Amino acid sequence: MAENNTLNMITQRAFEEGVAMEIGKTSPEYFDACNIIEMNEQDMKRLGILKNTNVRVTSESGQVIVKAVVGRQTVYPGLCHIRQGVWANQVVPPRTQSTGTPQYSGFPVTVEPAPEEKLKTALHLVQGAVGMWKGEE
Amino acid sequence: MPKVYENVGCPYCGCSCDDVRVTVSDDGKKVLEVENVCAIGTEIFKHGSSEHRIRLPRLRQPDGSTKDISYEEAIEWTAQRLYKAKKPLMYGFGSTNCEGQAAAARVMESAGGCLDNCATICHGPSFLAIFDNGYPTCTLGEVKNRADVIVYWGSNPAHAHPRHMSRYSIFPRGFFTGKGQKKRTVIVIDPRYTDTANVADIHVRVKQGHDYELFDAFRMVMHGHGDDLPDVVADVPKEQILQVAEIMSKARFGTVFYGMGLTHSDGRNHNIDIAISLMRDMNKVTKWTIMAMRGHYNIAGPGVVWSWTFGFPYCLDLTKKNYAHMNPGETSSVDMAMRDEVDMFINIGTDAGAHFPIPAVQHLKKHPWVTIDPSVCMASEIADLHIPVCICGVDTGGIVYRMDNVPIQFRQVLDPQGLLTDEELLNKIADRVDELNAKGA
Repeated sequence: MAENNTLNMITQRAFEEGVAMEIGKTSPEYFDACNIIEMNEQDMKRLGILKNTNVRVTSESGQVIVKAVVGRQTVYPGLCHIRQGVWANQVVPPRTQSTGTPQYSGFPVTVEPAPEEKLKTALHLVQGAVGMWKGEE
Repeated sequence: MPKVYENVGCPYCGCSCDDVRVTVSDDGKKVLEVENVCAIGTEIFKHGSSEHRIRLPRLRQPDGSTKDISYEEAIEWTAQRLYKAKKPLMYGFGSTNCEGQAAAARVMESAGGCLDNCATICHGPSFLAIFDNGYPTCTLGEVKNRADVIVYWGSNPAHAHPRHMSRYSIFPRGFFTGKGQKKRTVIVIDPRYTDTANVADIHVRVKQGHDYELFDAFRMVMHGHGDDLPDVVADVPKEQILQVAEIMSKARFGTVFYGMGLTHSDGRNHNIDIAISLMRDMNKVTKWTIMAMRGHYNIAGPGVVWSWTFGFPYCLDLTKKNYAHMNPGETSSVDMAMRDEVDMFINIGTDAGAHFPIPAVQHLKKHPWVTIDPSVCMASEIADLHIPVCICGVDTGGIVYRMDNVPIQFRQVLDPQGLLTDEELLNKIADRVDELNAKGA
């Protein structure tokens, strides 16, 4: 591994995300379903991250605060997963290898504990990114 | 008396289930019950009669709020900007019927812009590989009736296609597969121990991003060089590679279902290309087929409709109007957005606001942004204009193409209560753009 807090990130679908998306992306269900990072327990220990606490995920194209969990669909050490959606896409690199398809899976991220940081809502993240957010920072 | 509709199509995933039973109130305005459908599909039908549904176009005001306007005003606003734009982009179509997709083609041909669908960020690499290497596929009915070995590679139907395993692949009893799951072998190849892996006979835990090497190892075995394999390939032990290759080559009929694990990772189309080559090797000894796990109920639709209209399935550049051109990397939505090449964006039947990488959203938002969608979503909440439309399969019917390219007639179960369909709206926009073009000429 290159640096010891660098992990390989994948972002894919989840059933909970699908249900919540159809309820509505501004709903509490969508917030709960998508703002989590699933990690291997060994990595969490190594990086000093406690289960169900917030972490800062940083990639070459951005950063986002999400909650770290172990998750039922386990990943091997070195791999981590954020469900597809608003939080994942804050860090997904837009490079496409000339195919049109961004690097949704298999990009390096650093993950560090950020227990004091707050999770932002989907609307806050997207409207905030384009200068339209009028709520609290 | 409530009305019961049988054999209704579900507008969620690429399974396009067409055995749904929907009970609707006698005024045709409320869904009372939905049967034979997964939890995600249930939410779509429930949303159809939600009191929170947007029923009028909403135009963004200078203070950031929105104002309800009429459909006529929304059509005029959109047509005027399309007429002025040098290179507008219309993207989406995961959740529209084929009639809407054909009308969209008319709009963008008249406006001289780019037309792209969700495949561009999803199974676009599959198209590229299929162009290069063919597509030895079948229908889902053939899988149900014939397949005794199923491989899910980089796909997780337990989460993304909830009824795929029960309706088509693992559990159903078909004509030659009367014992259902008992006589089927299921292999899941995935870096995660997914819920699909949990029901498989064998889980092959491949190293993320190294699928190409594993396909290559299987090809080596099929070409008689199994002994020369290294002890471990892509984190998979040689013994397991030989075991899976043995099962695959002894199948009577096998199908590989592959998903975003291959198309989103390093290699993209090359991963699919070698998967197809492996199928060619397998077909020398038995019968194997391959199928892309398409994500939306009609995302195969635009590929079919635009191929017969223009000759290309996605990433269409119609800026020269009288002939189409396609070159992913150049004419693909995210690449054009990142190079700031488009000067107007129409998001239809998808949510680019939530599902594009955020730097691409930031670029697109520099220009007029119209969202055509039944729901409030991220794309509607940053749009300059949000135009609500009917939900296909709920407020309107239409033709959709299932993941195996089988066309299915979807049905209308609710009264649209004044909402336009995608087809009606887009044809009105195209008519107005044609008028402006005629005046300008």
